[in-house]
Amino acid sequence: MNIERPNPDELLARVEREQTRASRGGLKIFFGAAAGVGKTYAMLLAAREKHSENMDIVVGLVETHGRKDTESLLEGLEVLPLKQIEYRGTALHEFDLDAALKRKPSIIVVDELAHTNAQGCRHPKRWQDIEELLDAGIDVYTSLNVQHLESLNDDIVQISGIRVWETVPDTVFEEANEIELVDLPPDELLNRLKDGKVYMPQQAQEAIKHFFRKGNLIALRELALRQTATRVDAQMLDYRENHFIREVWQVSERILVCIGPNALAERLVRAGKRLATSLRANWIVLYVETPELQRLPAEKRDGVLRILRLAEKLGAETVTMSATEMSSAIVKFSKERNVTKIVIGKPTRRGWKRFLLGSVVDMLISDAHNINIYLLGSPRSEEENVDKSETSLYRKSPLPGLSWKLPSRKKDTSGYIWAVAVIIASTGLAYLMFGKFELANLIMVFLLGVVFIATRFGRGPSIFASFLGVAIFDLLFVTPYFSFSVSDSQYLLTLMAMLTVAMLISNLTANVRSQAKVAGYRERRATVLYAISRDLTASQSEDEIVRAAVHHLYSEFGSRNVILFPDANGRIIYPADQALPESLQGADLSIAQWVMDHNEIAGQGTDTLTGAEAIYFPLSNKETVLGVLVLLPVNLRRIFLPEQQKLLETFLSQIAQAITRVRLTEHAKKAQVEMEAERLRNSLLSSISHDLRTPLATIVGSASTLVEESNTLKAEDKLELSRAIYDEAQRMSNLVNNILDMARLDAGAIELNKQWIPLEEIVGVVLTRLKKRLEGRPVTVKLPSGTPMIYVDAVMIEQVLINLLENVLRYTPDGGLVEIMAEVSSFAVEISVADQGPGIPEGYENKLFEKFYRVRHEAAQSGVGLGLAICKAIIEAHGGSIQAQNRPTGGAIFSFIIPQDHMPPTMGEEE
Amino acid sequence: MTQASPIIVIIEDDPAIRLFLRAGLSAHGFHVFEANGGRQGIIEAGIRKPDLIILDLGLPDMDGVEVVKAIRKWSFMPIIILSARSTEQNKIDALDAGADDYLTKPFGLGELLARIRVAIRHSVSSPEQKQSGIFTTGALKVDLLKRQVFISDREVHLTPIQYRLLSVLIKNAGKVLTHQYLLKEVWGPPYSDNSHYLRIYMSQLRQKLETDPTQPQYLLTESGIGYRLKV
Repeated sequence: MNIERPNPDELLARVEREQTRASRGGLKIFFGAAAGVGKTYAMLLAAREKHSENMDIVVGLVETHGRKDTESLLEGLEVLPLKQIEYRGTALHEFDLDAALKRKPSIIVVDELAHTNAQGCRHPKRWQDIEELLDAGIDVYTSLNVQHLESLNDDIVQISGIRVWETVPDTVFEEANEIELVDLPPDELLNRLKDGKVYMPQQAQEAIKHFFRKGNLIALRELALRQTATRVDAQMLDYRENHFIREVWQVSERILVCIGPNALAERLVRAGKRLATSLRANWIVLYVETPELQRLPAEKRDGVLRILRLAEKLGAETVTMSATEMSSAIVKFSKERNVTKIVIGKPTRRGWKRFLLGSVVDMLISDAHNINIYLLGSPRSEEENVDKSETSLYRKSPLPGLSWKLPSRKKDTSGYIWAVAVIIASTGLAYLMFGKFELANLIMVFLLGVVFIATRFGRGPSIFASFLGVAIFDLLFVTPYFSFSVSDSQYLLTLMAMLTVAMLISNLTANVRSQAKVAGYRERRATVLYAISRDLTASQSEDEIVRAAVHHLYSEFGSRNVILFPDANGRIIYPADQALPESLQGADLSIAQWVMDHNEIAGQGTDTLTGAEAIYFPLSNKETVLGVLVLLPVNLRRIFLPEQQKLLETFLSQIAQAITRVRLTEHAKKAQVEMEAERLRNSLLSSISHDLRTPLATIVGSASTLVEESNTLKAEDKLELSRAIYDEAQRMSNLVNNILDMARLDAGAIELNKQWIPLEEIVGVVLTRLKKRLEGRPVTVKLPSGTPMIYVDAVMIEQVLINLLENVLRYTPDGGLVEIMAEVSSFAVEISVADQGPGIPEGYENKLFEKFYRVRHEAAQSGVGLGLAICKAIIEAHGGSIQAQNRPTGGAIFSFIIPQDHMPPTMGEEE
Repeated sequence: MTQASPIIVIIEDDPAIRLFLRAGLSAHGFHVFEANGGRQGIIEAGIRKPDLIILDLGLPDMDGVEVVKAIRKWSFMPIIILSARSTEQNKIDALDAGADDYLTKPFGLGELLARIRVAIRHSVSSPEQKQSGIFTTGALKVDLLKRQVFISDREVHLTPIQYRLLSVLIKNAGKVLTHQYLLKEVWGPPYSDNSHYLRIYMSQLRQKLETDPTQPQYLLTESGIGYRLKV
């Protein structure tokens, strides 16, 4: 099927590529076949040209190797000083990354892309330094020889017989904006070599002479030219893609490289890379871990990890799967991911073994339709090596330091002892049966023994038991007795069948056992994940999340850890809270900062700042880096094993999600509060403008009259005016008090001072305070007998009662009866204030308690509309509720209930 | 009784309030001296030998509570505190430090005069009372020597703690006593956290001495602060 339209994934990838390119600096590589072709010279020439165009270009590092003509080119260019690093007593000079970042030129020249930095630098490789420069938006000129390209590593070994250790990932080369090929025919290069124009370190002279043979140089030149041509080809494709030239769209290829724990893996990955590059296809490296492979020794599994890392560096997606059967897992995965080509090693089993036990490749070929399969052979020597290492796998002891322990060797030997014991028991039983039962039934007894061993002790002991059983059966129960020879040829068939059945049973049962074990790991992992996700979901604050996360990370990975967050300025700081018992102290904040800024992992076992003791993981959601997790590993394997690493990644993403969720909730809550505050401010302003201005108008007016007309005013008028000032000031004072009370309650600044208070004391205070104003109003108080105590903040509850009574005074006619009633149970106290006034207008029962709400606006007698809101706030602070109702007999009743969850204090009787 | 007009020292930094206090108090025959800060106030209190001090708690140069403590080192002259609403705890601290009474701003002149009268009468009358051993206010009469309590000449029987509470109040009649002070005086320092003891006994006293315990005549509650025996 042909895909006509651009694939959306590809479009997206292109957009992303362009976006990153826009902010990133551009990389220009001066590319050559070998040392001495004049890369540095060409690079400096280009730099001078830029310099003459008034570009801000500096030289970060150039290896002139004492060549005069090259050195002369440096004149007039700004050269950054090198960083001096002490390493085992000698001073090494390295490129100073931080100085370059600080200087931030528009272009920087850094020679030797493939260089390996001395220990103590931030990155182990120079290309990583350069990546960071590019990320900072600085254009970089650098140089590279073809033999340093990662994917060509094998070819270089084949051509020159020298393995190059300083390699650069192909992605760096591919993502370079410009490649300038610096070419020199081999003969000329050899001439320059003869003239001593090519730098050669003394100690390696022999090896290098060997390297600079004409044949080698021709091959290397070809590689360099071809590499450049491929890139030009890719650029042309890019160009066409960008201009929507449709014809080049092809079915997008996806390549799957399947690796195993053997020496072939690295070559498979490199081959996959080359195939992917030539087809411009995505590629995936898959490692299927079967139960047998999980039993591999630690070094082997580390080897697989290393290969997977290499693949990632070469731009592959890596996947690790657990499955019981390799080929079906590969086929299933291929179908899910639309793989078009599979690269896999040639089958290692040969002859009858391959025929009997099958091979992954054979099964793949028969199951995977529509998929092309590429087989990669290995040199004979390596193959033997592979076989040897594979057979040795089963004998080695399992991984140390893993939380799940595999059966130890001790148990294995006990299995064999058990096998002997069980077969002896079977023999005994069979001996008793011998003569009375058919021979077939005796066989059953032995098979039963084999099944027992297989279920309890696994494959080895059960196979051993099968052989032992067959041998004993032949020896004791088949004529001639006490001899391994068989007289009747039909018994030969019986013995063969018995052995086959026993082996099959052992195999099947052992498989079931290992499947159960794998299921066990999975379940454990699921349980662990469930536990952390449950705790994270239940967490309501960042603190709780961090506590849950630190705890779970510790219990799962056995590592002390800490989660660091940036402060308001984006600087990582140590948390101010008390450390948890699992917390890690003494994380390196500067590394954490780097991780935070670059959203990349660093520390022990990673590519960056490898010298650090701990590992630093960025904690990020889709958009931003939220913080940094610092983990001090007790055992690197416990973190970087594929399944553990996946678990850790899931942990990290869960933690990040939980933090994001909490932050969003807080954000929303804050926004709501702000909105509410805004609304309040508005109503406060309008209230204040009316309620405070009215008394102020009277005060200012009266006072000014008193001042200006003091001579002409009659004494009684003076008194009248002064009284008006006094009354209005009093009114204002009440308003201001209410507003201040409300503000304090709103700000949550008031802490309840709850104490046991006799109910009558509260009522007493209120009645005393309002004594004067209640004159002419009959008040009845109905309190429960026995002066019950209630547990409240007395001052606040008094305020509530005062506000309620003031409301009654304000809104009901003089002379009306006021009733104060209370009921106390062991769970709650209910206090009511009832009047005989006009009651509450229909539908306003709840609105009354809103801030600044008044039934009749702008009426002379009304207050600021805060009294009832204050009541509500106080009662709610006590965990209670307040409501207003009309009484059936006329008038309104306001009542509030406060829960009482403490037992009243008891006091011993006196006397 | 003092022969000359009583002397009052006002320690207050707000000139408007000083002005209104001086005008109001002078009109009622008090001789008024002013200080605009704590240090000057303490000096004035020493030089003028006042009958009463009016002290604002929010002073610019030192804490009003410290002023109370300084004066209490050498004198028992009555001190009335003026405070804003936001300084509740300061008020209690000042009372615990030995102040006699308090007024919350804003307040009227009438209120202040009433407090001043009570405070001055209390401070000058107590030695007399000690001599006779009889305390009376309204219908309440207490014979401090015989430990007898009468309401309208009817003897009321009190438990020992109730009597001790009442006698502490009588000893400081008219003065605001904080919960802490009463607990310490009646039950002793270890009980200073058990304020419900005090409340229960006060309630019992009211049941026995007041006609309507919800509208007490003698045993007044100072909300959030303590109690006062009205004289």
